[in-house]
Amino acid sequence: MSARGELPTWVDIGLIPLLNLTIAFIVAGLVVVVIGENPFRALVIMLDGALGSLKGWSYMFYYATNFIFTGLCVAIAFHAGLFNIGGEGQAYVAGLGAATPGLVIGGALASVLPGTVSTPITLLICLVCSFLVGGFWGWFPGYLQAKRGSHIVITTIMLNYITSSLMVYMINMVFRPVGKMAVESRGIDDAYIMNFREMARLIGVKIPATPLGPVLFLALFSAWAIWYLLWRTRLGYEIRAVGANMEASLYAGIKPAKIIMITMAISGGLAGLMAFHEILGTQHRLVLEYVQGAGFVGIGVALMGRSHPVGIVLAALLFGLLYQGGTELSFAIPTISRDMVVVIQGLVILFMGALEQTFRPYLSAIFAKMED
Amino acid sequence: MDFSLAPEILSSTIRMSVPLILACMAGLWSERAGIVDIGLEGKMLAAAFLSASVAAFSGSAWIGLLAGVGISVFFALVHGYASINQRGNQVISGLGINFIAAGLAVVIGHSWFKQGGRTPQLEGAARFSPIDFPGRDALFAMDGIGRYARILLDHTILTYVALAVVPLSAWVLARTRFGLRLRAVGENPQAVDTAGISVARLRYEAVVIAGVLCGVAGVYLSTALQTSFVRDMTGGRGYLALTALIFANWRAWPALFACLLFGFLQAIANFMQGAHFFGIDIPVQVFNSLPYVMTIVLLAGFIGKSTPPKASGIPYTKDR
Repeated sequence: MSARGELPTWVDIGLIPLLNLTIAFIVAGLVVVVIGENPFRALVIMLDGALGSLKGWSYMFYYATNFIFTGLCVAIAFHAGLFNIGGEGQAYVAGLGAATPGLVIGGALASVLPGTVSTPITLLICLVCSFLVGGFWGWFPGYLQAKRGSHIVITTIMLNYITSSLMVYMINMVFRPVGKMAVESRGIDDAYIMNFREMARLIGVKIPATPLGPVLFLALFSAWAIWYLLWRTRLGYEIRAVGANMEASLYAGIKPAKIIMITMAISGGLAGLMAFHEILGTQHRLVLEYVQGAGFVGIGVALMGRSHPVGIVLAALLFGLLYQGGTELSFAIPTISRDMVVVIQGLVILFMGALEQTFRPYLSAIFAKMED
Repeated sequence: MDFSLAPEILSSTIRMSVPLILACMAGLWSERAGIVDIGLEGKMLAAAFLSASVAAFSGSAWIGLLAGVGISVFFALVHGYASINQRGNQVISGLGINFIAAGLAVVIGHSWFKQGGRTPQLEGAARFSPIDFPGRDALFAMDGIGRYARILLDHTILTYVALAVVPLSAWVLARTRFGLRLRAVGENPQAVDTAGISVARLRYEAVVIAGVLCGVAGVYLSTALQTSFVRDMTGGRGYLALTALIFANWRAWPALFACLLFGFLQAIANFMQGAHFFGIDIPVQVFNSLPYVMTIVLLAGFIGKSTPPKASGIPYTKDR
C-alpha cells in the first residue's frame, strides 16, 4: 500500500487544514509569548472583540465581504493552475471603474430622473465598470502569459507596483478637486450605497455604527455564482481541465490560451468588486490605498478555503474575525500591535500553502495502520 | 532638469543601488539553483529590523550585521525546508515569509521600543559610516574634483562589499566546480542526482548564500542608508531586485547594470518631484513605475528574451 494520497476525504479537506491552521496559531501564540503577554488572554480578547458584540460581528462581516471577493479572485485562478498575486492591484485600479461613473454621469442622471431611479442605475453602471476595469487588469497578465509566455506571478507583481504609482497619480492629479488638501476625490453622492445602520435609521431602528452593508449579499451571491460556474457549466469544466492538465485539455479540444485569459479576466473582475464595495459602500469617495492588503489576504483565504466557494466564505469570515479581533486586541493590550494580524496571515499562507503536505505522510502511516 | 546636480545624483544612484545589487545577487544564487525566491523582500525587512534593533541595544553596527544576517538565514532555511524537503509551492512560501517578516518586525519593534514599530536612531558606532580613507576630507574639500570624488569614495564598507559580490558571484558560478554544479541543479537536477551529488544539499547551500546576501542588503537599509528601521522600509526593493534579475536574464554582470539603472531611476525620483524634459512635466510616478513597465515589456518578448533556469520553481522528486 503506497503511503501517499490515500486518505479519507474528511482527513484531506478537514483534518489536514485544521492541523496546519493549528500550527499557524501556535506559532502566532509563541510570538505573543515572546512579547511577554499571555497568548490565551490575547485569544480571548480577539474572540470577544469579534464575537462578543453585535458591533464586532458586524465588523467581522464587513471585512469578510472584501475577503470573499479577493478570495474568490485568487481561487478561480488557482482552478486554472494560475497564481494571481495581482488581486491587490486589480482591486485598486478597479476603484477607477467604481468611482468614475458615479462622479461623471451620476449627477446628470440625477438631474433628469428621480433619485430612487437614478441611483440604482448609476450603481449598476458602477458595478459593471468595477468588474470590467478589474477584469481588464487581470486579463492583461493572462494575455501576456497565454500569448507571450511571460509568467503570471511576475507580471502581476509588476502590475501591482505600476497600479500603485498610477493610482497615486490619478487620485492626486485627476480626481482631487482643485484647492482640496486631502488626496481624495469629491464625495460620490449619486452612487451611494447605504450601510445597514443608515437603512435601519430610516425605519427608526438604531444599530451599532459599522460599515457593513448590502454588498455582503453580492459577495455571497458571487460565491454561489463562482461555484455554479466552476462545477455546473462548460466553461467551468474547461477552466478546471486546464488547471488539472493543460496538455490533456488541449487534446480534449480546449484552447488553454483562451481559458487562461477568460479566467484571469473573471479573477480580476472579482477583485474589482471589492473596489465597488469599499469605494461606494464604505468610503463614498476615491481615496489612496483603500485596498489595504485585502488582495493579499485573498491568497490566504483561497488557500484556507481550499479554493472552494463554501470554504472561501468560511475562511473570509475567519480572516474577518482576525481583523476585527486584532483591532480590539491592539486597543486592549497596547504592546501587541495590530500588525499581529499580518503575522498570522503570513503563517496561514506558509503553513496552509507551502507546508500543507507536512502532516500527510504521518497521517497516511497512521491510517494505513488502522486499516490493517 | 538641473545637470549641475549630476555628481549628487550619481552618488545617490550608488546608494540606492546597493540594496538592490545585494538582493539581486541573492536572487541570482537561489534561482540559479532552482529555488524561486519571492521572499527577498521579507528577508531584507527582517534583517533591516533586527540589525537596527541589535545595533541600538549593543551600540555596534557589526553585531547588528551579524543579527541581521542571522535572521535572514533563518528565514532562508524555512524557505529551503518548505521548497526542498516539503516540495511546497515556492512562490507561496516566499510570499508567506514576506508577510511574516513585515508583520513581526512591526509587532516586535512596537513591543521593544514603543515607537510604533520604529527603532531608535542609531548614532556613532551603532551605524555604518562612510569609510575614512586617508586624505579623504582633503580630497572632498577640493573644488571641482571633490564633488566627483564623493561619487565613489563617500560610502560605507557595505557598498564595497556589494560591489565585490558581483564579480565574485559571476566567477564562482561560471568558473568553479561548485558553481557549475549549482547551475546544473537549476537546469537539470536529475543529471546532478545521477552523478551522485545531493540536489538537496546544493539547493540548501544556494538558499543560505541567498539568505546571507539578502541579510546584508537589509542591514544596509537600516544601519547605513538610514539611521533606524521604519515599517515597510524595504518599499518593494525585494521585488525590484527580482525585476532586475529578470531584466539581466539571471546573469551577474548584467544584473549589476540593471540594479544601477533602477537605482538611478530611484535617485532621480527622489531628487526631482516631477522633472521637465523638453518642456513636458514628467510625474515622479513615472520614474517609480518605469522598471516594472520595462520588465513587462521585456517579458512580453518585445526587447529580447528572458530565459529563467529551466528547473526553477520546480521541486525535485527522486523518481522511483
